[in-house]
Amino acid sequence: MFTSKSVAVCVSLTSGSAALAQSPQFGQSIEPADIAAWDISIGPDGAGLPPGRGTAIEGEAIYVAKCQACHGDRGIGPSVVLAGALVGGMGTLAPDKTPIKTVGSYWPYATTLFDYVRRAMPFQESKSLTADEVYAVTAYILDLNGIVGSNDVIDAQSLPKVRMPNRDGFIPFPRNPK
Amino acid sequence: MVGKTHPEPGDPAAGNGILSRRIFLEGALVAGATSAGLSRGSAEPLTVQPWMKVPGPGFGGYGQPSPFESKVIKVFPPPPNPAGVGASRTPLHMLEGMITPSGLHFERSHSGVPEIDPDQHRLVIHGLVKRPLVFTVEALSRYPMQSRIAFIECGGNSQALNAPQAQPLNVAAIHGLLGCSEWTGVRLSTLLDEAGIEPQARWVIAEGADAAAMSRSIPLAKAMDDALLCLYQNGERVRPSNGYPVRLLLPGFEGNMNVKWLRRLKLTADPAMTKDETSKYTILLKDEKAWQFVFPMEVKSVITRPSPGLTLRGPGFYEISGQAWSGNGSIRQVDVSADGGRSWAPAALQGPILPKAPVRFRAAWQWNGGPAVLQSRATDDTGMMQPTRAQFGDERGLRGVYHYNAIASWRIDEKGEASNVYV
Repeated sequence: MFTSKSVAVCVSLTSGSAALAQSPQFGQSIEPADIAAWDISIGPDGAGLPPGRGTAIEGEAIYVAKCQACHGDRGIGPSVVLAGALVGGMGTLAPDKTPIKTVGSYWPYATTLFDYVRRAMPFQESKSLTADEVYAVTAYILDLNGIVGSNDVIDAQSLPKVRMPNRDGFIPFPRNPK
Repeated sequence: MVGKTHPEPGDPAAGNGILSRRIFLEGALVAGATSAGLSRGSAEPLTVQPWMKVPGPGFGGYGQPSPFESKVIKVFPPPPNPAGVGASRTPLHMLEGMITPSGLHFERSHSGVPEIDPDQHRLVIHGLVKRPLVFTVEALSRYPMQSRIAFIECGGNSQALNAPQAQPLNVAAIHGLLGCSEWTGVRLSTLLDEAGIEPQARWVIAEGADAAAMSRSIPLAKAMDDALLCLYQNGERVRPSNGYPVRLLLPGFEGNMNVKWLRRLKLTADPAMTKDETSKYTILLKDEKAWQFVFPMEVKSVITRPSPGLTLRGPGFYEISGQAWSGNGSIRQVDVSADGGRSWAPAALQGPILPKAPVRFRAAWQWNGGPAVLQSRATDDTGMMQPTRAQFGDERGLRGVYHYNAIASWRIDEKGEASNVYV
């Protein structure tokens, strides 16, 4: 008797319109189109990739002008330590080797490269590249790693299909909370 | 000793001078331990100092530490890295208690600290929700709030101890990516409920308003459990270096996921696989596989005093003091050793003991002036005990960079100098 009465009270508190009106609701509604300028997340399936296209050949000039000062010639030997090498390191994940984790040797998804370049690079003027420029510089870094060809067109359709060498290199941590 | 059932304060409790923690529990040393302490000698005659004779300066709008404490500062590497990239570290060896002063809380940023006008800041919740919503800081400030004391530890803290040879570093340089604050804000679940969660949603992509738009995927279950949108840190508005005007707190989870300068939360069915959850903050194991999405900072402790740079002044009594914490719950026990882990005795734990918050532990130590290796070993209330460095390496190797939580060691030499060692 007591139990069923408690349940009834709970139900009326959470589903009654009077109760809802009393709970604080200070968010303002917004249309998806008005979020677009901020919605820069790219899913590994390519969700969110914008229109545009680029090739490695087009990307080289952008890389030289906007990326090379920190990341080094052809993505090797960065002048900024935290920038890390973008290219090479293939085979260094093997046991007992010192890993060199680059886009080519370690990154599981090519879409991450587009996402990160678009949101965070170039360091001194992030979010300044056009979609074509991001596709092109993405293509260039993938080409330097031998993952795509110099003339391959990288766009919203082709980028998610790029198979990264370390795609299957990740396993779940066994001790996460449920 | 015959017939004695409880140790007395000052009794040896473990090898090489570790004394019973009853000293802390009972608040006094027995005569035996006191007489074995530092030789006290005679004090100089007392003099009347200038500040005792004339009025001091007046009030100030915002208090500052004594100028005599000017060495208690965060440490960070000099260029060549661009300013604001990397981390500054909390000087743990110069602090006490459980709370980190806001100005000394470590910083990790990827593109500097943005200068955000709170009136212009917006937080948007969208994606798999029934009603996409935008919040101003003023709107967030109107919700019912919660406070909790919680640590934030960078996933990369203590990574120097992965190095094959022990590096000559101090506690700040090794372990200083750890801070604890009283955080106050709005439960994230409140706002997600207001937006209306679509049934397919499993993840929340959190993103900052910094130039790097730092972004991480967070399990929806965590967002609904104890995630807090923090507006206040230690009673005042969150410091810019810690996410002003609003940051995410995911109690116990790796620091990088506690996104600062929070501007966007997008609910999705799958994780976004951002740079910081693929190329970084993943743990390369002994074989070619890497753990991904390593959320809790597991049980850990570190002795902050004595530690490198804090020279012992001759044989005698010393307090061993440190912090212990677990991202999975509360600290249940901390053991200390002065003989490199051959013998252990439980330390006194300073309350309050809170889940996912650091506990200050203290042990009494009678240093005989000879070599010693000080260690601490924490156990949390899930029963997990901090591993030795060997056990840690056996499980995952030492190539993983992140989430290093093995027992750390300070060697004390005959001069009273402490140094980082492996045993």
